[in-house]
Amino acid sequence: MKYQEKIDLNVVFPITKYITFFKIRFLTGLQYRSAALAGVVTQFAWGFLELLMFQAFYESGSGVFPMGMEQLAAYVWLQQAFLSLYMIWYWEGDIFNSIRNGDVAYELCRPISIYTMWFTKCMGSRISKAVLRCVPILFLACFLPYPFGLKVNIGKVEIIFFILSMTLALLVSVAFSMVIYMLTFFTTNQQGLQIVAASLAEFFGGAVIPIPFFPEKLQKVLNLLPFASMQNIPFRIFSGNIRGVFLYESVAMQITWVVILLLLGKYLEKKALQKICVLGG
Amino acid sequence: MKLYLKYISIHIRSMMEYKKSFFLTLIGQFFVSFHAFLGMYFMFQRFNQVKGFTYKECLFCFSIVLMAFSLAEIFFRAFDRFHIIIGNGQFDRMLVRPRGLVFQVLASQFELTRFGRLLQAIVLFVYVLITGDISWSMLRIITVILMIVGGIVVFSGIFMLYAGLCFFTLEGLEFLNIITDGAREYGKYPVSVYGRFVLKFSTYIVPFALFQYYPFLYIIGKNTNSFYCILPLVGTLFLVPCYIVWRIGVRKYVSTGS
Repeated sequence: MKYQEKIDLNVVFPITKYITFFKIRFLTGLQYRSAALAGVVTQFAWGFLELLMFQAFYESGSGVFPMGMEQLAAYVWLQQAFLSLYMIWYWEGDIFNSIRNGDVAYELCRPISIYTMWFTKCMGSRISKAVLRCVPILFLACFLPYPFGLKVNIGKVEIIFFILSMTLALLVSVAFSMVIYMLTFFTTNQQGLQIVAASLAEFFGGAVIPIPFFPEKLQKVLNLLPFASMQNIPFRIFSGNIRGVFLYESVAMQITWVVILLLLGKYLEKKALQKICVLGG
Repeated sequence: MKLYLKYISIHIRSMMEYKKSFFLTLIGQFFVSFHAFLGMYFMFQRFNQVKGFTYKECLFCFSIVLMAFSLAEIFFRAFDRFHIIIGNGQFDRMLVRPRGLVFQVLASQFELTRFGRLLQAIVLFVYVLITGDISWSMLRIITVILMIVGGIVVFSGIFMLYAGLCFFTLEGLEFLNIITDGAREYGKYPVSVYGRFVLKFSTYIVPFALFQYYPFLYIIGKNTNSFYCILPLVGTLFLVPCYIVWRIGVRKYVSTGS
């Protein structure tokens, strides 16, 4: 109950302070323009090689194609353009450092929730990176010849669902990373945790090959995991691969995971702060 | 050489101070390249072959590239953090020591954790050797060795080029990742899969195809021209322009003052 009162205090004070954290991160991210340009070039090349590889498989044509080449092109370009929104292997270095070197103690003295502050910081830096990178990649991808180009093949309703799903996917990704950040309070060795979490999320989230290319039995399991609720769903909605009833189911799944991961992260925060023991420094 | 071994033993001992962290990173490295393999496995389960290459053949190709890359990375990746060496003034200290610069940069880092990746490459390679249907001859065995050596040289050349360019930019160059990490990721399939442009690029500009594609064709028996066996050696010439860039960089170097 005591904890409940703390949250109420936050409601009394406006949430502007978190918006400030978001803004600081967002503006810092916008400063790295040459890094963004290099990122665009790299992402573009990677996307192209990826598509060429898939095309080679399509041309050899002996199997059943779970996604058309055009759908795949849309998926790959969105993936490259919004890479920084959903990448799990990107960790905020200063969060880990503050936990390890004890600076977190200062943060705890402030009248703010550590969870919410870090959450908004993560959102800010991810969004600012994506804003710089997505426009040139999407723009160029629109002018590529068939079947490599990016085309809008879906109706208005799906577009609305796509935007909703993009937002939910970002929330799932950040909430998932937050669980990992919170777990570092309980271990002095975060590196292994980080790598394992990131590599699971990458592979089962459809970053290496899209989920429809997995064996069917495995797909059924994967669709229930949080990893599938990250980049997989919005990109497949846009490419027209997810539609009909499956569309509503997928978005519902995303909402479920946002709630579960937020609650889990908050719970871990509470546990961590109860037993926190700052080691000198 | 003796001095280099001494440096290596120091690096290893310092890493062994954090044993748990070391092994976790090792396992992590293994998992990360395991993705690439699993992705390939699922694709071939669905499609059987790509541009006439079978699963086992591609796996062979992948293991060679991964092996060359991880070996190059273990010994030569120090060039990769060269912008840090320049930035913090470590390079100024190197200039006043009575040893070669390349030697000192290489000795400054030794990436033992990358053994995770190497281990993966070896496992895949042995798996293909046992289950694959490549008919081995003396010349083919020599070709495999040349492929790996050629690969190591080409990858180290790129690392060196990266460091050389750092002299001019003073910061890391992310886009060169296309030809290092990109080559590792996409080198799992024979280069010709990506079409004629990529094949030409990786024959004449950055010679991946010389150690990956052409000798590979000879080994799997798609091409009987034994000239293809020595192409990895031709590929090692790539080191020359990279070294020149590095030399020019060293000559023009002005300390950052920090």
